This record gives sequence, structure tokens and C-alpha cells, in this order.
Amino acid sequence: MNPLIASVEPHPVAKICGKSLMEIPQDLYIPPDALEVFLDTFQGPLDLLLYLIRKHNLEILDIPMAELTRQYMAYVKIMRTDQLELAAEYLLMTALLIEIKSRMLLPKPVSVAEDENDPRAELVRRLLEYEQMKLSALRLNELPQAERDFTIVQVWIEKETVMQLPNVHIDDLRNAWVTLFTHAKNNRHHQVNRETLSVRAYMSQVLRYLHNRDQVDFYELFSPTANVAELVVNFLALLELAKELLVEITQPKVFGIIYVRSIDTIRSD
Amino acid sequence: MFDQLTPSDPTNISDSLNPTQIKKILETALLTAQDPLPISELKKMFENELGTNLLTQLVEELREEWSQHGIELVHVASGWRFQTKPSMQKFLDRLSPQKPPRYSRAVLETLAIIAYRQPVTRGDIEEIRGVTVSGSIIKTLEARGWIDTIGHRNVPGRPALFATTKTFLNDLSLRTLEELPPLEELGSLVESNEDHEFLPVEQPETQIS
Repeated sequence: MNPLIASVEPHPVAKICGKSLMEIPQDLYIPPDALEVFLDTFQGPLDLLLYLIRKHNLEILDIPMAELTRQYMAYVKIMRTDQLELAAEYLLMTALLIEIKSRMLLPKPVSVAEDENDPRAELVRRLLEYEQMKLSALRLNELPQAERDFTIVQVWIEKETVMQLPNVHIDDLRNAWVTLFTHAKNNRHHQVNRETLSVRAYMSQVLRYLHNRDQVDFYELFSPTANVAELVVNFLALLELAKELLVEITQPKVFGIIYVRSIDTIRSD
Repeated sequence: MFDQLTPSDPTNISDSLNPTQIKKILETALLTAQDPLPISELKKMFENELGTNLLTQLVEELREEWSQHGIELVHVASGWRFQTKPSMQKFLDRLSPQKPPRYSRAVLETLAIIAYRQPVTRGDIEEIRGVTVSGSIIKTLEARGWIDTIGHRNVPGRPALFATTKTFLNDLSLRTLEELPPLEELGSLVESNEDHEFLPVEQPETQIS
């Protein structure tokens, strides 16, 4: 199927019972999928109830239960079609609404004052408490928020250098060198073949690495797992390459990154 | 004199520094600090020889001096800190392509309940919101460092008790929880019968009737 050809023909908006619809009908019933998006904007049954109450200007202290339940159930019915797991919490509320309504229909004992016995009281309390929190969430969101509404200022200072300088002593350096040396000694023992390490071999290795790369970080050319002997040979290879004008070594900033670049004209032959 | 001052200098600090110099030091420390600095911390720079009142007054003066700039000195829960003015943010945002974090209503409502009703358990939050609180909501808030677990309620299951952190106050430029926007009076909620601006825009009336 070539998509280009297909698009030339008038494209049906939908297929219903095998019949293609060429345009959206005027009395279109919004499919449940669209409502899914809508229902997602509610934070649960309390939120939906509040919406219905506020939207229809219902008196929150004297909720017309039959009317509210009817409207509420209309929403839930749509939801049940394909969002069963989401609907569970909503169904529980339906049951509660119906329970309240049925309690209201029951005759009340004469002795109890009417407002003390209003089966809606607990629901109203929950609705109001939820609305209170919902509004505070909005207020909270209006407060300027770090990263979103403002940035915390921090002047850059070279802390690391300041911290490191007093810590490095000649002794430390010597110890480090001795350790490295011992390491290299140990390693050499296991890698007899490496004795034949040639600067040349490393030079080609470096050049091969540089091939097709624009320029690379100096450190990239050194394997972190290499032993001292390998590092030294690798470094010598780099110096040799520079001497033979095969690579160009640059450092744009003092103490900045050192870049190594192969010189194309010479490399090509 | 001032430039040669070292920590080992035996001279009395309050004698050798004039207020302008102290302010300069305070300013430098506050600009370079990673976290907000309380007065008690700032005092250390002067070997605790300067009084809280004097330092507070000088920091206030600094705040005044910076008020004309795009950067301001603010007092948050953990101390004093420099930050950009909110009016600058839209320009700064254009420098970085990534969008600043925005939280969903579920996250915000959960945060509000924790902030206003703390310490609360997940159950308490669910009771108010009427829906399950997903683990990801709690994780989002914990990852931001805005809430943490401060204990467990002594009921079956020993659910964790959540509270907001100092970072939460700092990030919202608040000093204490008392500075949170006041809760809407329940009475006024009963009165309000008008549509709120935050209600969903969609009007599914066709489905109801």
C-alpha cells in the first residue's frame, strides 16, 4: 500500500458497520475514548461530585440527592465501558449516594432533630474538606517555586583546587609513584609479551583511533586499564607523532582540555 | 590591612573591619554558598565575634542594596540565599531548552494535604482525596526532597507518617509552615456557588441529559 496513492482518494472519517462515513455527523455522540480524557481531569469521585454541585449551582448544605445521583451515574456509566479499574472508586461512591438517598426516604424518628440526622452530613463534610485541600493545592502551586519560577544563584568558585592544594605533599606523590611502579612491575610479570611494546605500534594505534574523528580529548587516547609501561609508551608514541607532524596537539585554555587531531594531508598517504 | 587579614590574625575582628567590609564578606559568602546560610553560620566567618543583631542588620541592608537587581537576597527556612527574581525566569528559560517541572493535580493535592495536615499517612490522604494515592506520587515528592517519612503511626500495618521538609519551604521561599497560604474557610466554601476557574473546561452536558 503506497501511502501517497491512498491519500489521493477521499479519506473516510470512520467506518460504521462496514459503511464508510465521509464526514463527521452533526449529532455525533462523543465516543468513550474522548471521555476518558475528560474523566482523567477529575481527581476521583469527590472531585466529580464537587464539579457537578458547583456547575449546577446546587446548594451544598441541601444537596438534591436524586438529581445529583442521576447526573453522577451518567458519568460513571460512560466510564464503566472501558475503564473498569478506574471506575471502582466511582462505583463505591454511587453506592454511597444511593444509600444516602434511600435513608432520606425512610421515615425519621420524631425525637431526633432533623439536622442531626441528615444522612448527607458526612458526605458534605468530606466534600468540603476535599474542596478546601483542592483549593490549597492551587494556592501552593501559585507560590513561586525554585527552578520553575526562580533560579538559585551561586557564583562559581574553584573549590576543588582550593581543597586539593594543601592535601598534596611531596611524600604523597612519592608514595603514589612507588605504588604505580610496583604495580607496573607486577603487571609486567604477567604480560611478558608486552615487553615488545613498540612506540611505533602505539603510534599506529593512535592514528587509527584518530582516523575519521575530528579531534579527540587527550585523555581518550589512554586506556584507563593500562599499566605504567603501556602509558609511557602510549605517551611517547603521541610525542613521536607530534614530532613527525602526524598529529596536532592543542590546548585552547591554560589547564584546559588538550585536544589531539590528526593532520589529514600527511595521513592520507 | 583588610586584604592581609588571615584567620590567625590576632587583632580583634570587630575593630579591624568596618560595616562596608563586613557586608562585602557576607555578600561573597552568600553568593558562593551552595545552600542557604543562616546568621549562625555567617557568624563563623567572623569567629563569632560579631553579634546576631549586627549581622542581621547588615544582611537586611544587603537585601535592600540588591533590591534594584534581577537577583534578590531572600530569607528562607534554612537561612539567607540569593535567587533570581521570578520576573526574570521567563528570559532565563529561553536559555535552556528543557521545560521546568510541572506537577499534576494529583501530586499537588497530595502535597497540599501533607503540608496542611502533616504528619499524615497515605490512608489519611486517600480519605480526603477519595482515591488511591499511587506510589509514584509519593516518590515524586520524595525525589524532589519536599516530603519525607518522619515516623510510623502505631496502628496495624504501621503506616509511614509523611511531613514536608525544609527543602520544601526553601524551594517555595517560605521561612515557616505558617507562611503557607491560609486555608480557605469552610464557611466560605459553603457560600461559594460560582464556577471556579479551575473546573474542567469541557462541558459534557449532552451526555448527562
